[in-house]
Amino acid sequence: MSSEFFGNWFLPGIWITVQVTFFSAALAFVIAFPIGVLRTSRLWIVRFLAGAYFEIFRSTSSLVFMFWIAFTVPPLFNISFQPMFAGVLALGITYGAYASEIVRGALAAVPPAQREAGIALNFTPLQRLRRIELPQAWPEMIPPFNNLLIELLKGTSLVSLIAVADMTFAGDLLRLVKNESAPIYTLLLALYFVFAFILTRGMRLLERHAKKRVGQTPEKTSLFGGLRSKSSIDVVSGTGGAK
Amino acid sequence: MNWNWDHVDEFMPLFWDGVELTLKALLFGTLIAFSLGLVWAVAQRSEKKWIRWPVTVVTEFIRNTPLLVQLFFLFYVVPEWGPSMSPLTTGIVGLGLHYSTYTSEVYRAGIEGVPAGQWEAATALSLSKRRTWTSVILPQAVRRVIPALGNYVIVMLKESPQMAAIGALDMLGQAQNYSQTTFTFEAISVVGVAFIVIAYPASLLLRVLERRLVR
Repeated sequence: MSSEFFGNWFLPGIWITVQVTFFSAALAFVIAFPIGVLRTSRLWIVRFLAGAYFEIFRSTSSLVFMFWIAFTVPPLFNISFQPMFAGVLALGITYGAYASEIVRGALAAVPPAQREAGIALNFTPLQRLRRIELPQAWPEMIPPFNNLLIELLKGTSLVSLIAVADMTFAGDLLRLVKNESAPIYTLLLALYFVFAFILTRGMRLLERHAKKRVGQTPEKTSLFGGLRSKSSIDVVSGTGGAK
Repeated sequence: MNWNWDHVDEFMPLFWDGVELTLKALLFGTLIAFSLGLVWAVAQRSEKKWIRWPVTVVTEFIRNTPLLVQLFFLFYVVPEWGPSMSPLTTGIVGLGLHYSTYTSEVYRAGIEGVPAGQWEAATALSLSKRRTWTSVILPQAVRRVIPALGNYVIVMLKESPQMAAIGALDMLGQAQNYSQTTFTFEAISVVGVAFIVIAYPASLLLRVLERRLVR
């Protein structure tokens, strides 16, 4: 692989993958909390609307949605935006829906007595959420969030298909230019794996920290012991679906 | 807003071809994912390190890398060494292989959920290892995990459009082709709605199934 190409396409591609991951994760996170909280609302209409958002995006393919935003929205509404914006928006909205389910689940797992204690102390609902419910639910959310983040990282490879020059795009381009594929795709797979590994370890640290803060005992973890949390099957909401 | 229904009408025959290909990929991909996943799960419980370790490494690697890049790998790299596959076959193998690593987790949870007494009973009856697996453990494990496996069918349906990237004309592939040749944009919306129409009722059905089976 020529170093010129590496410098011109591959390194910027890696940087774009990092950016897309970061921004869409941030968007997903920002969406997930209000939606997740609203899904525990006592008003049925609020619950219904927030639930509908989740169901719609759980039932569509993120790639199709991304294509839709990138290629259908601009001509339909006579607007235009960068492909990267479309990619981040599509990933953020889709994964925000999955993440909202994690938030909802973790809030539901807080013992009801905790909520009642908050009422007894005359806390407003917002105070209860901020001071009682979220701090307890937070450590529960981290392992599934970790799984989701890995799914999101892998999902960012899709932006290459709407012409965002991420590392998958760079790899594809290189295949066309150099007419060789084995080293390129092997490197690409290895890169994604390394990123996933780093993310997983980072989230482990965050989880230990969060558990210590609320006085739960963090589980012992070894460096290589299980890349993903044991609960991956019930939550993997990642690639989404009815998972 | 400049939506044109004529384009939708024109796209429909192509759309049905796409549906057919998507369903084909889903059917065979599911078969691979369900059977290979079971193999991974059982292999990971093997007492022999040389079986357990490679399987763990391979499944973790597949699970933590994108399906799209795996499809590219299968489509462009594998033919250099061995057989070249059609886009559809590549899609089926890719989907099946990728999701087999997810279903193996499901099976693993199912196997771990079988009470330890069942293993002991099998030992007490001095059943062979194979009999223990096939007549005692797996029948109990598999029944509990059916709803979870069903979820992965929906997930695979949703991820199948990635096959379009290697030229398989599934629903998205057809829409993409049509849009590019006619410079229109309605086709992708049709496909998007189609996913909701298929996947949402399917997930409702699964929820019912789950209530029936897991108790």
